[in-house]
Order: sequence, then C-alpha cells, then structure tokens
Amino acid sequence: MSWVEYFLFQIYPYLCLSIFAIGCWARFDRSQFSWRTESSEFLERKTLKWASNSFHVGVLGLMMGHAAGLLTPPQLTEMLGLSAHAHQMLAVGAGSVFAFFAAIGGAGLIYRRVFNRRIKATSRPTDLFILLFVYAQLWLGILGLPHSMMHSDGQTMEILGEWCRGVLTFRSGLPNLLATIPWVYKLHLVTGMTLFLLTPFTRLVHVISAPIWYVFRPGWQIVRQNHHVANDET
Amino acid sequence: MKIRAQIGKVLNLDKCIGCHTCSVTCKQVWTNRDGVEYAWFNNVESKPGVGFPQQWENQELWHGGWQLGKGESLRPKIGGKWRILSKIFANPNLPQLDDYYEPFDFDYAALQNEKSERVVTSVRPYSRITGQVMDKIERGPNWEESLGTEFKHRSKDYNFRDVEKEIYGKFENSFLMFLPRLCEHCLNPTCVASCPSGAIYKREEDGIVLVDQEKCRGWRMCVSGCPYKKIYYNWHTGKSEKCVFCYPRIESGQPTVCSETCVGRIRYLGVMLYDADKIETAAATTNPEDAYEQQLDLFLDPHDPAVVEQARRDGIPDAWIDAAQRSPVYRMIKEWKIAFPLHPEYRTLPMVWYIPPLSPIQEAASAGSLETLNGIPDINSLRIPVQYLANMLTAGNEASIKAALNRLLALRAYMRRFQIENVRDTSLLQGAGLSEQQIQDMYRLLAIANYEDRFVVPTAHKEDAEDPYHQRGIAGFHFNQSTTSGKSRFSLWGQQGVRPEIRRYTVKGG
Repeated sequence: MSWVEYFLFQIYPYLCLSIFAIGCWARFDRSQFSWRTESSEFLERKTLKWASNSFHVGVLGLMMGHAAGLLTPPQLTEMLGLSAHAHQMLAVGAGSVFAFFAAIGGAGLIYRRVFNRRIKATSRPTDLFILLFVYAQLWLGILGLPHSMMHSDGQTMEILGEWCRGVLTFRSGLPNLLATIPWVYKLHLVTGMTLFLLTPFTRLVHVISAPIWYVFRPGWQIVRQNHHVANDET
Repeated sequence: MKIRAQIGKVLNLDKCIGCHTCSVTCKQVWTNRDGVEYAWFNNVESKPGVGFPQQWENQELWHGGWQLGKGESLRPKIGGKWRILSKIFANPNLPQLDDYYEPFDFDYAALQNEKSERVVTSVRPYSRITGQVMDKIERGPNWEESLGTEFKHRSKDYNFRDVEKEIYGKFENSFLMFLPRLCEHCLNPTCVASCPSGAIYKREEDGIVLVDQEKCRGWRMCVSGCPYKKIYYNWHTGKSEKCVFCYPRIESGQPTVCSETCVGRIRYLGVMLYDADKIETAAATTNPEDAYEQQLDLFLDPHDPAVVEQARRDGIPDAWIDAAQRSPVYRMIKEWKIAFPLHPEYRTLPMVWYIPPLSPIQEAASAGSLETLNGIPDINSLRIPVQYLANMLTAGNEASIKAALNRLLALRAYMRRFQIENVRDTSLLQGAGLSEQQIQDMYRLLAIANYEDRFVVPTAHKEDAEDPYHQRGIAGFHFNQSTTSGKSRFSLWGQQGVRPEIRRYTVKGG
C-alpha cells in the first residue's frame, strides 16, 4: 500500500466529508444569499427543457441508487432475498438507464453553456467547471460498466459497499480493501469524493435544499409578523 | 373574524397621462442593477395592447393565478404542489427574456472615441446581457407606447374578448388608455402559494408581499404563479425580485416612490381593514363575475364600532384604525364604488385598484345625436367600450363599471354647472345615487387631490419589530446585507450575525 493510496482511500474521504459538512454549514449560515440554483432557464429554455429534465432525473436516480446500493449492508439485501449477483444486475440495469438519461441531458446542458451566447456571457467560470466535472464523473461510472458486465458475481460491488460503510464507521485499513479493484473504479471513487469537496463552493448546494418539504406545507399562504424577540435570544 | 390591515392603493386612470415618471423613478430606486435591467416593478402600458411581458393577461398562455379544482377547492393554475415540484427542472410556464425584451444600452463612448472627422459616427445599441452589438432592437419596455405597433398585433389584447375588436382597428374608432401596473400585493397571492422554498410571504402588519432574498433558491415558480407577471427573475443573482411597495418608505409613513412622483396625482394610498378569515371563501367564488363583489365584502367598515373593537383585539394599532377611517382608498373602493381590482377573475384578490377612465364622446354622438340622460352623456357613447373595461376590471361584469362611470360623469356635470353657472343642480345626481356632500368629497379627492388627502399612511410600529441592540452601526437598506432575518438557527461562529435584525416568525396558514 503506497502512501498515495493511503491518503486517497483513508484520509481523503474524511477530508472531503469534513469540508463538505463545515463548508455547507458555513455557507448557509454566513452567506445564505449565495445558496441558490442559479437557473439559466430564463435566458434559454429550448435546450434546457429536455436536457435539464433528463439530466436531473438521471443524476438523482444515480445518486439514490448509489446511496441505497453502497450503504445497505449485504446482510439486509440477502435477507430481502436479493443475492449479490441479482443485486449487481439490478444496479447495472437501473444504473444504465439513469446513466443514459444523465449522459444525454448533461451533453445538452454542456452544449448550451458553451454555445448559447446569453448563457455563455452570464456564466461564472465555476458553472461550466462543475458541470464538466459532474459529467466526467458520470462517464467514469459508465466506463466501469463493461467490467461489471464481465464480473457479474457482485464481488466488486460488495467490496465498494464495504469500503463506503467502512468510511462511515471509521474503520482502519480501508485502502487494503480496494487492492483488487480496477483503476477505473478507484478513479470514480476519488472524483466522487472530490464532488463532495467541491459542493460547498459551487451551485451544487442547491441539491441539499431540494424543496420536498413543500408538499407538507400546510395550506398555501405564508404570513409573517414583525415580532419583538429581543429578550428571547440575547 | 380575524381583522388585518393593509396599505391599499388606487390609481385614477382617468387622470393618467402616460408620462412614465412612476416607472422611471421606480427603476432608478429599485432595479437599476445587473440582472434586472429588463425588469420594471412599475410600468405603464398603453391599452389596447399586449402589454409587458407579451400577453401577460392571457392565462391560457401563462397559467398564472388560481383555478377551482375538484370539489371547488382553490389551487394555482400551474398545478398543485406535486405538479409544481415536477416542473422544477424546467418550468414550461416561465416567460423568457424575449417575452420581455433584451435589455440594451448604447455605446455612447463611440461618439467621443471616433478619430476620423470624415465619417459620421453612429451609436449602436448593444445587449446588456451579452455585451454584443444588436442589429435590431426587437422589443422594448414600452414597445406599444401610445398605440405604437400594428393593430393586428395589439388586438391580441386579452381584454378584447367578447368585443368586436375589428372596428377599433380603424383610425376613427381607435381608443387609448394607460394602465400603470405594479405588484398587486394580493390578499391571496399565487406567488406565495407556488414558492416551493416558502421564501415569499405577506407581512401581517401592512400586507406587503416580499421575497426573502436569503431564502429564495431560484426555483422560478412564483414567476409563473403570478398572473400579473410582476415577479421578475434576476438572472444575475438567480433570485426572484418584485415590487417591494417601497416598504422602507411606507414604514416611515411616506408614500411609495411611484405615488410620490406621480405627476398626474393619480395615485392614492390608504389603509384597508379586511377579514382574513374570509379570504379563501371569497377567492373560491364559483362565478368569476362575482369575484369583484366578493372581494368588496371582505373590506370592513372602519367606522363600525364592532369592527374597531375587533381590530384592537387583533392587535391593530389605534393609529392604523384612525388612518383606516380617513383612508381615501376605502372611500373610493367601498363608499363610492368607483374603483375596481385588476382582473379579479385571477382570484388573487389584488389590492391595487383602478378607477376606470372616462373617454371622449365618439364623434358620431357629439355631432348632434348625443345621447344624454339628464344632461349627462350616455356612457355607451364613450370611446372606450364598456365591455373592454369590464373585461379588465370586473371579469366582464358591465353593470358595476357603468355605475362607476355614471358617477364620474355626474361629478363632472354637477361641478361644471356649479362652477360655470353657480347652480347646484342636484337633479344630475339622482341617477348616480350620490349626495351633494359625496360629490364635494369626490371632487376634493379626485380633482384637487391634495398630498395629505391622497396619502394617508400610518407609520409602522418598528419598536415592536426591531431590536436596537442589533442595529448599532448599520447603514440602512441594502441588498444581500440587511433585508431579512434569513439566518439559520445555529451560528457556526457562536455569536449573533452582524446583520441587523428585523426578526420575524412565520405564522402558519393565513
């Protein structure tokens, strides 16, 4: 185990998660004004309409698939009657569909960000950077598919899941787990962690405030009242 | 009964000369910034015309406002909560920049920088978005000024429905009126309802609807929800912005900038008391033609002792009750019934109301066959078709508009005889159902329109809202600095935020 691997798979995950957590917290607390989607639909919709829908559906599907697939202990999946092989087939199947949507949509989004005059003129450098980064991450994932198809015993997936759960349970010796994992997955892991690292500094923060609470909001209207609370807090 | 107060507004269209002073002063104060160059919190439209943004009134196109769903329950026309969320990645009902106009400026420096004296330098427009030279300006903020553009285009005006509009395309039959528009600060705002983040809210004290800039995440649903298209997406900050009813001025008892600077003195501000418990019932009336009457019923008589008592119990300060009793807006809306809400059929219960304009008598009538009723011209011979005004102001209910126009005509006829012949001709008032005292009051408010009569704005009770301890060393209003209390409960740094506190808590429902 080289020091590079030790850093990337034992230290780096915590570095990324810490910066992700503290960074998001700090940004939300100190500069909530900057917490936004930065939608450019107002300036261009024709491409965005299909590209954004397809991209978001794909990416959200992949995100949830990853969370479920990697964080669920294999004991639980087996209890549900899902063998490692079947689990992997399910992941590859659903993943391919979502990846397809994300790839098509992402291409559309990149296209308009680079070639639409208005979008190009109003983009911040980080907008294009983060889009390209997410897209690269997506393709690294897709490039792992052939290996998955050839080794359908579910071994790789179980190891990766174990590594993820290992990070969350503060296990030592994590890099050793990944000894047999092909480099394309390792790269995907590193860029994936980097995505967490970058989140607080880019528009990706809007994922965190996905307004699902809206459906639980009682009634339609919101009325706020000026209220003297000086003695409540200070 | 739950009584709330709101600063309402009435615009006397009869006196609007379309000078755009309101728009320009508003622009200079509020939207003279990147991202909202195209936005006009206040704009003046020439009618008939498609308006700004294009065809904003046509909700078949934009799906703004409310509609009655199953079981006659009210829901936004863009959809219920799940449907709104499903549109979050790409909102099909969002107007595009080109529905407004591409903001432009002119390269004036070219005039001074041109070295050659042999060529005449021209100043070319460039886009404020891309910075590139524009070959042709396709649209502007006021593209239809005074019936500019072809009638064919302008006749798409939504208010022409049920009107045989072709004849108004002819020069001799054409008519013109101005419609200044700002946020309606509705009692039942669709923008608030359609905001997934819950960033938009109505202030309980004065009814002003605001976007919490810190809580806004840029989901863009409010722009679609608002049927008046008075919420603008700031493409630079990625947030929605809207008319703030100049709340810093209102709080200190001053009129809004557009009202203050109105050259024609057409704008009136005053307190309206209303029953907040009845909002939903009023908005959900089955027949849209009843919407105007329904909203009228919401407003409470500030002279009624029972209302005053309840208002006190609901925490409305005495100064506000007193202002409500002197409210010019209340008199025009409720007592004289000469003011109307803009498009009540959207069911948002708007709080900026309009006095319909009188217009010249058509030539055919004035040439001798003028229909008069007790010396007052017949309103059907006015140039602006009553149906057109009714479509705009009462969801098609002509009777109310006719009654109001009759009162305005009676006021003119009476005062004309009084001032020229010194005769108090009360026979002129019979048809209009007005007393002499009312005529005098109307004359004073509408024609003389003194500053103190037009604007009766009580100051906000800021001592209830602000904590002076946190206001040390602040400069006042500023974007992205001190507008809201949008701070999280936990502070990372273990201390109070430095921004001034105008603290609020959210009341459920409403």
